[in-house]
Amino acid sequence: MDLIMEAEDLTKRFGNHLALNKVSIQMPRGSIYGVLGPNGAGKTTLLRIINQITIPDQGTVYFDGQPLLPEHVMQIGYLPEERGLYKSMKVGEQVMYLAQLKGLSKTEAKTRLKHWFERLEIGDWWGRKVQELSKGMAQKIQFIVTILHQPKLLIFDEPFSGFDPINANLIKDEILALNEKGTSIIFSTHRMETVEELCEYIALLNEAEIILDGKLSDIKKAYKNNMFEVGIHLSDGEALLKEIQDTFSISAEHFNQLEKQLEFNVQLPDSDTSAFLNFLSGKGTVNNFVEKIPSTSDIFIRTVQSKSGHV
Amino acid sequence: MSKLSLIIRREYLAKVRNKSFVIMTILSPVLLVGMIVLIAFLTKVNDSEKRIIAVLNEGPYFSTDFSPTDSYSYLQYEKISIESAKDSTRSMGFYGLLHIPDAENVEATLSKTVFYTEDAPLGGVVDNLEDILQYRLHQYKLTTLGLSAKEFAELDDRFIMQTATFEGEQNLKGINEIKALIGGGFGYLIMMFIIIYGGFVMRSVIEEKTSRIIEVIISSVQPFQLMLGKIIGTSLAGITQFIIWIISAAILMVVVMIFFGIDVAALNQNAPGIPMGMQGGEVPTAVDTLQLYAEELYRFPWMMLIVFFIIYFILGYLIYSSIYAAIGAAVDNETDTQQFIFPIILPLMLAIYVGFFSVFGNPHGPIAVGFSLFPLTSPIVMLMRLPSGIGAGGVPVWQLIASILLLIVTFIGIVWLAAKIYRVGILMYGKKPTYKELWKWLKY
Repeated sequence: MDLIMEAEDLTKRFGNHLALNKVSIQMPRGSIYGVLGPNGAGKTTLLRIINQITIPDQGTVYFDGQPLLPEHVMQIGYLPEERGLYKSMKVGEQVMYLAQLKGLSKTEAKTRLKHWFERLEIGDWWGRKVQELSKGMAQKIQFIVTILHQPKLLIFDEPFSGFDPINANLIKDEILALNEKGTSIIFSTHRMETVEELCEYIALLNEAEIILDGKLSDIKKAYKNNMFEVGIHLSDGEALLKEIQDTFSISAEHFNQLEKQLEFNVQLPDSDTSAFLNFLSGKGTVNNFVEKIPSTSDIFIRTVQSKSGHV
Repeated sequence: MSKLSLIIRREYLAKVRNKSFVIMTILSPVLLVGMIVLIAFLTKVNDSEKRIIAVLNEGPYFSTDFSPTDSYSYLQYEKISIESAKDSTRSMGFYGLLHIPDAENVEATLSKTVFYTEDAPLGGVVDNLEDILQYRLHQYKLTTLGLSAKEFAELDDRFIMQTATFEGEQNLKGINEIKALIGGGFGYLIMMFIIIYGGFVMRSVIEEKTSRIIEVIISSVQPFQLMLGKIIGTSLAGITQFIIWIISAAILMVVVMIFFGIDVAALNQNAPGIPMGMQGGEVPTAVDTLQLYAEELYRFPWMMLIVFFIIYFILGYLIYSSIYAAIGAAVDNETDTQQFIFPIILPLMLAIYVGFFSVFGNPHGPIAVGFSLFPLTSPIVMLMRLPSGIGAGGVPVWQLIASILLLIVTFIGIVWLAAKIYRVGILMYGKKPTYKELWKWLKY
């Protein structure tokens, strides 16, 4: 597999606190990778190690096949979770400064910045002071600065916090467009539902360790348990429920007498649904039948629980 | 442009464009001159108070001796008891009562003389009274030895010692004190600069931390580069300020010289030194004396002093400001900095006090040498010693070299430690660290 980034056995300790314990991940080139886990799991430490801000006690990070070198900073774009700007500086000066720190020449930085400022419709803000900006506006500027030097790998820590839904979508689309062009993306968040649909690969971090990682579709396949969401139109819901309950495990049932609508979740013994569907069709009109794929947070909770002993 | 120079440029511009910086630059000299004028004025006001001293003179010896001066006037009581004289003095609010009882001779009288005051009397007042009484005592003693009153009057002939170096140059009274003060002034300047600009560096680090820009910056530059760039950029801003001040001071100096009629052109010609021509009855005029001082100051080793000022200034400033940067990184807001700042200010204050109390008296004594070698105080103390020259009669060359080498070694060590604290501290939020934690950070 062609990897853009690989971390091998990363361990980091701060005093008595173990922040990362033998963390290894493999990130295929061009993929979108989600580093997910609750607050304090070690996500930010991992990202800082990849960005060479923190030096690991043990382990190596490989970027583009090479052990991490100082020059690699130029090929990585990092949008930290706690992000800010110099308050008393003008927007234009500030973005020029940050762009030049990333190694862009003055003219190059200027053309690219103008392009992005137009594209995100903040061109008017060039000469304003940062303290006049709204939070969302500042986030757009930080986003531009992160991607401006066209890095091979983009790392976003909690990228959508602080954006209103419209701007969050705008930024999401820009990120996906960059991914289309071949940029590899890492998302890190504790709000798993926000990136679930975007990520091709995920790693679940909990208490300094990776508890699960791999291709999201494989993980979901492994964790699906033949749970189906059923909606059926019939006159006597109660009787049907009783009948099914004897053979299958049922949850979240709901029967609306007036509309004669019965809704429930059912777990089938295997993935063969034809027999069960036939049985239902004989009882009424089936108007909803969907396989319940577990969400990432469901998987996370189940994994954590199974690891710590409660099932 | 390299990253470091980009950072330096940003820090410099951020500082120089700051309104408070511009105001400080313009206002400080005005304030300084104002302060000097104010102090001079207050001193004068303070001294102009006239003290009234009551005198109860029961004997025959001192009746003509108490004539009023600028600072004192005397009120003679006659034929009243000592108790009522005391009461009267107190109720009138006079400064004190001098009681001179009657006795067989001057010596016996003086041994019984007492000066009564409300609180302990000021030294100057007592000295003044002692001088008056002493004079009469001398006269009495010499008269008993057979000197006539006329002869005694001729005896009182004070003179002022002229001093000269072995090369025959006339020394000016107080010039060494002036030189030491200039050295002290440079030392003081370093201290002020370190405290003010170190504080700027610290606040700038705290600002980056609280605004969280640090997280963005740190992914493109190394913390050490950022720290160094910040220190250099801020100090360049400070040097800019100094240059503006020095130029305006130089202009002011020329104006003052012209104002006092000092011949600026003559300063070059008269060097080296003034020949021993001005002796005997020839009394130099005030302008001549001023001219001599100006010439002496002109021949002062300014270049040497400025060169070493720059060396000590840069090294001392780098050491202290990297500590300030580390403190800024360790805390979340300025109020938390106090406990860490005190230990930094301490050696600086010590250097200034040691300088003024020990180095002025004996520039090459063991204390002066010790403190001018110790790296945390040497920038200030060595500059106070340097006005006496380098080599014979001045600061030995080995001491100068040792002091600078020690300073460089310390600089490297401190910057290394500070950078370690800095790189951990800038990413730590939310709690005030203790010294113990800082120690742990060194090992992260």
